[in-house]
Amino acid sequence: MRFIDEYRDAGEARQYADAIARAATRPWTIMEVCGGQTHAIARFGIDELLPPFLTLVHGPGCPVCVTPVELIDKAIEIAERPAVTFCSFGDMLRVTGRRESLLEAKARGADVRMVYSPLDALKLARANPAKDVVFFAVGFETTAPANAMAVHLAAREGVRNFSVLVSHVLVPPAMEAILSSRASRVQGFLAAGHVCTVMGFTEYEPLARKYRVPIVVTGFEPLDILQGVLMCVRQLEAGRAEVENQYTRSVRREGNVEARKLIMEIFEVVPRRWRGIGSIPASGLGLRAPYAAFDAERRFGLAERGFGLAEPVEEEEEGECLSGLVLQGLKRPPECPAFGTRCTPEHPLGATMVSSEGACAAYYRYRHLAGVGA
Amino acid sequence: MRVAVGAKTILLAHGGGGKLMHDLLAEEVFPAFANPLLDERHDGAVLEVGGARVAFTTDSYVVRPYVFPGGDIGVLAVNGTVNDLAMCGARPLGISAAFILEEGFPLEAFRSVLASMRQAAAAAGVAVVTGDTKVVDHGKGDGIFVNTAGIGVVEHRFKIGPSSVRPEDAILLSGDLGRHGVTVLAAREGIEFETALASDTAPLHRAVLALLDAGIEIHCLRDLTRGGLAAALIEIAEVSGLALEIEEARIPVGDEVRGACEILGLDPIHVANEGRFVVFVPPPDADRALAVLAAHGSPGARPIGRAGGKHPGRLSLRTALGTLRLVDLPSGEQLPRIC
Repeated sequence: MRFIDEYRDAGEARQYADAIARAATRPWTIMEVCGGQTHAIARFGIDELLPPFLTLVHGPGCPVCVTPVELIDKAIEIAERPAVTFCSFGDMLRVTGRRESLLEAKARGADVRMVYSPLDALKLARANPAKDVVFFAVGFETTAPANAMAVHLAAREGVRNFSVLVSHVLVPPAMEAILSSRASRVQGFLAAGHVCTVMGFTEYEPLARKYRVPIVVTGFEPLDILQGVLMCVRQLEAGRAEVENQYTRSVRREGNVEARKLIMEIFEVVPRRWRGIGSIPASGLGLRAPYAAFDAERRFGLAERGFGLAEPVEEEEEGECLSGLVLQGLKRPPECPAFGTRCTPEHPLGATMVSSEGACAAYYRYRHLAGVGA
Repeated sequence: MRVAVGAKTILLAHGGGGKLMHDLLAEEVFPAFANPLLDERHDGAVLEVGGARVAFTTDSYVVRPYVFPGGDIGVLAVNGTVNDLAMCGARPLGISAAFILEEGFPLEAFRSVLASMRQAAAAAGVAVVTGDTKVVDHGKGDGIFVNTAGIGVVEHRFKIGPSSVRPEDAILLSGDLGRHGVTVLAAREGIEFETALASDTAPLHRAVLALLDAGIEIHCLRDLTRGGLAAALIEIAEVSGLALEIEEARIPVGDEVRGACEILGLDPIHVANEGRFVVFVPPPDADRALAVLAAHGSPGARPIGRAGGKHPGRLSLRTALGTLRLVDLPSGEQLPRIC
């Protein structure tokens, strides 16, 4: 199949792996930022092709994983109101808040729907004027343009029964939080290709300079990831710290200018709390004041409760859960004593096991007999 | 954070063919009725009746939408039960049809389901010989639910089932994966693709009987419904206690299905089918079995792996890159990813 098979060729993968083995002369630790990349690494066993002294650690780029528990509780609270139709992307439905998940709320009678786009939720709002249609606007910069478009259209058409529960997060501030942590062992990054398709990569250039860290904008297919690792290793070996673009078939330096304009028309940069990591200043998006009417938290009187920015993040997960450390690349999933035993996708103890894109879930699903947890 | 997803109530995911459903059956249903025939966990049970061996099976159909490209709930209900009998290596004799109709369901729609069941039964060469009809209040059903049961006669000498799988058996797959699951998902969610995908629903008993007629030593058969290829093979691995290994590059998946799965973040080996099955045969019989399948409506049949490997009771998959990974059941139904 075109545009798929050529990026999954076993022979070429082997050639890249050999080139990486030749290029790498000492141990390096590289973090892939995006959950989609983590998933591909686990699914194809890409790290098994790498020399053993190269370590891939998995970043915070799983939107479901980093959505705070209290926001899921708010989502459920809204979904349970009469006359509300609550719409969400599929993988957000399974995540348990303090009490239950949206799927469980649905089982008790809440009108919860899985949609594939916020525009589908807007369509539902237009078609059902008696319903209050709410969309759970989660995700990184990748999903922001479609969410912004839904609000933009709702405002233009005067759709009054549509609102969004916003939990947008941004990648560069999370990378900076990881880099500025004393414990960080990340020496190079594979940046998230689809985030950069929207945003471009100029934001990463100051990070690469300030922290002397190579950042390679990387795609999601096996050969993309292997090539990204090779480019990163070559920079590390040469002592360079630049932003390079592996994913040239999708990413331009300036990104998608129209999409960025639309995002900034609807949203402004706000502080956000990241599940497993804590609050990070200027790390998310919230609706701008002129669009406050579309803010589900205001509409349903939940805005005052805020995001619990001051609460210590440790209380969010079960005692032995290391998901915060996993999200920051400080631990790999099998290094957690609960991994695969007391913590599984059916009984997750923390953020990185709840979503299928989470590092722990990806490890568990694809090879839980092979790792340390065997 | 509270643990135990859905420990106290039934979730939709309990019917999704994933881990939750597997556990519901293993912890609640099988222990409730435990007996040697049920413990085989095969698609149907084979009973001795006056010296003859009779296969018996039942299945309920709750598909939404009840009409989709390539078929409707009636066709599924007929083919599904015919196929469960076929997976016992049985010749279908007759099936039952039971309907649960929701108040307000259009009579015209009911007629059209009956017509397609009649056609599907005729095409499969079985008769609908008994049945039942109930009506529930508006809002208490989803238009129409159908249950079918079937009996068939077993005329071969084999014990077909997971416990008959032997080390080194070849695993053959009768055709490409995922057409039914992706078609129904697209129809249900209003997703439009550029190509016309249709369900693969089809009766499979003729292909199976042809294999038996050709003298192929069949060890195990399983049609791939909910949970797809992965769920079927995981269960066979579990019950047989043997390791199973399949190769991703050998598994046929059409471009339309692959494209849809890539976009939605689904894995074709977990997607539902209604006209595909796997057959386990000793290696010397594999080529002949493939030729028989090709001659009986399954030109896309391929060898995809074997019984054997390092992890007893588990399914592993050799990826396109040549690495090996274990395949596990998803929690419930696969849910499309965010990005």
